Amino acid sequence: MPLLAIDNVSVSYGKAEAVRDVSLQVEKGQIVTVIGPNGAGKTSLLMAAIGLLRSTGRIIYDGRDISRLETEERIEMGFCLVPERRELFSDLSVYDNLRLGAYSRRAASGEIKDDIAQVFDRFPRLLERRNQMAGTLSGGERQMLALGRALMARPRLLMLDEPSLGLAPLITREIFRIIASLRDLGVSILLVEQNARAALETADFGYVMETGEIVHSGSADALMHDPRLIATYMGGSEVS
Amino acid sequence: MTPDIAAILALDGIATGAIYVLMALGFVLIFAVTRVVFVPFGDIAAFTALTLAALELGRLPGTVGLVIGLAVLATLMELYSILRAGSYERIPRALLFYLVLPVAIAGLVWITSGTLWPMPFRIALALLLILPVAPLLDRIVYRPIADASVLLLLTVSVALHFALVGLGLLFFGPDGARTESLTDAMFMLGNIPISGQTILIVVAAAIFCGLLYLFFDFTLLGKALHATALNRTGARLMGIRPERSGTIAYLAGSVLAGVSGILIAPVNTIFYDSGFLLGLKAFVGAIIGGLISFPVTAIGSIFVGLLESFASFQSSAFKEVIVFSVLIPVLLWRSYTFQHTEEDMDE
Ligand SMILES: Nc1ncnc2c1ncn2[C@@H]1O[C@H](COP(=O)(O)OP(=O)(O)OP(=O)(O)O)[C@@H](O)[C@H]1O
Ligand SMILES: [Mg+2]
Repeated sequence: MPLLAIDNVSVSYGKAEAVRDVSLQVEKGQIVTVIGPNGAGKTSLLMAAIGLLRSTGRIIYDGRDISRLETEERIEMGFCLVPERRELFSDLSVYDNLRLGAYSRRAASGEIKDDIAQVFDRFPRLLERRNQMAGTLSGGERQMLALGRALMARPRLLMLDEPSLGLAPLITREIFRIIASLRDLGVSILLVEQNARAALETADFGYVMETGEIVHSGSADALMHDPRLIATYMGGSEVS
Repeated sequence: MTPDIAAILALDGIATGAIYVLMALGFVLIFAVTRVVFVPFGDIAAFTALTLAALELGRLPGTVGLVIGLAVLATLMELYSILRAGSYERIPRALLFYLVLPVAIAGLVWITSGTLWPMPFRIALALLLILPVAPLLDRIVYRPIADASVLLLLTVSVALHFALVGLGLLFFGPDGARTESLTDAMFMLGNIPISGQTILIVVAAAIFCGLLYLFFDFTLLGKALHATALNRTGARLMGIRPERSGTIAYLAGSVLAGVSGILIAPVNTIFYDSGFLLGLKAFVGAIIGGLISFPVTAIGSIFVGLLESFASFQSSAFKEVIVFSVLIPVLLWRSYTFQHTEEDMDE
């Protein structure tokens, strides 16, 4: 049984349909990626999955239909999203942002302190800036904080919307290394990316989305070597 | 004007200003978390004063009927939306918070209303009774239009204020009331007399400012409220429910409104419609703080209190005219320096 099954989901903005009849699955312990051009509907799909956008169709999480649950209830079930716009609390410190990441857990404060220490281990730059306001962080630091804040919820399924957006190549590689390491901790991941090659290198399975629909899917390996995709999404040069 | 008179006026102004501080902090708190300019804030303060006055006379305060009516209406609306969403497991909680608790408080006051309790107990009862009013109004009036623009929410607030004034006349009648003074103590500072009442007001305002500060800076719930104010989507993604943050902001606001009502009740005669002017002056303090800054709000409110005190010495008939004519340029100046407020809140 997949951890997440998105079942014939459609999203509309007024008359315009941004996502049409999309179905996809994320198995436990997998990294699944959705790639596709700008405006394909990837962000809309994630927003619908977490309940911030109204949608039709069904969203099954851990065997339960959560389509009618509030976003907050989905979060409490360990289903989390790092949104494209990050949505950090700009006037709160890095530390407070992380602390609030664990809001849904109602855990003992000792346990939460340990988890914050772990995030700081993962992102030493955040430790240096623990008392700085989130709004004054650099782009890369904000991405780290957004990811770290989501980890504070101890998610079972984490959706990441373009985690490498605007990052220097070196940090991008670092972020993807961290994403891969999360899988080893047992976190399943649904990853939306523009950087198709890096995403497919990290993922187990991939979907390609164009103008609101899934047009290809397959193992990450197969997609990475699919000549049609190489031409469109990977700058045309074959890798092996 | 001799220095002594100036000092007396200043003390008086600081006391009045301190009451405005409490109310203005409530405005800022509620606006920051919910984007609602809660115009009926002054009415809540006035109703608290009238409630205390009724309890003092051993009468049943009109607030009892008001709370029960609002509770029934809010419960019906909540049940309707629960049934429509099909999430029946939320029913017990809804009944507890929207019906059982408010009605229990109203019932308690009703049963004990014949008895003449000592003053601290009366004050506690009045505060307890006023506590559910704003959260219930939130459920009835603002929750259904939570995503509306700030302007629409403001318009609705103004309408709600007029509705409340009408209800105030219905439940409290047209007579004004002034309560017993909280203390008759008098102190002399050189040859300037300071009443215990003044000291009490300033101390109460300081205590509540301190509590608010501690709440926001040192508790998880306070941080969650702050987070809701900064970024609603971000808050929801952390599992923080904006409606619940809103309810807590309204509860905290009710305490502030209630306390200011209690403090002003022995100083001014309060009528069912006195709330508006009180609220307006506090609101000006809040605007000086750009509706976001707590410290500037406090300074602004004290400034309004001082202005009012000196204006009433110059000419008590033209007090309000003087106050608001001086305030207009100040507000214009603030509106130039605070251009970014709106975007900040929308982000
Ligand atoms: N609030 C909105 N109102 C109207 N149309 C919208 C809205 N949000 C998104 N859209 C449209 O829906 C379509 C899908 O947008 P979406 O953000 O989901 O794409 P995306 O795949 O995430 O793109 P990108 O890779 O650029 O982030 C786009 O055509 C976009 O213009
Ligand atoms: Mg997107």
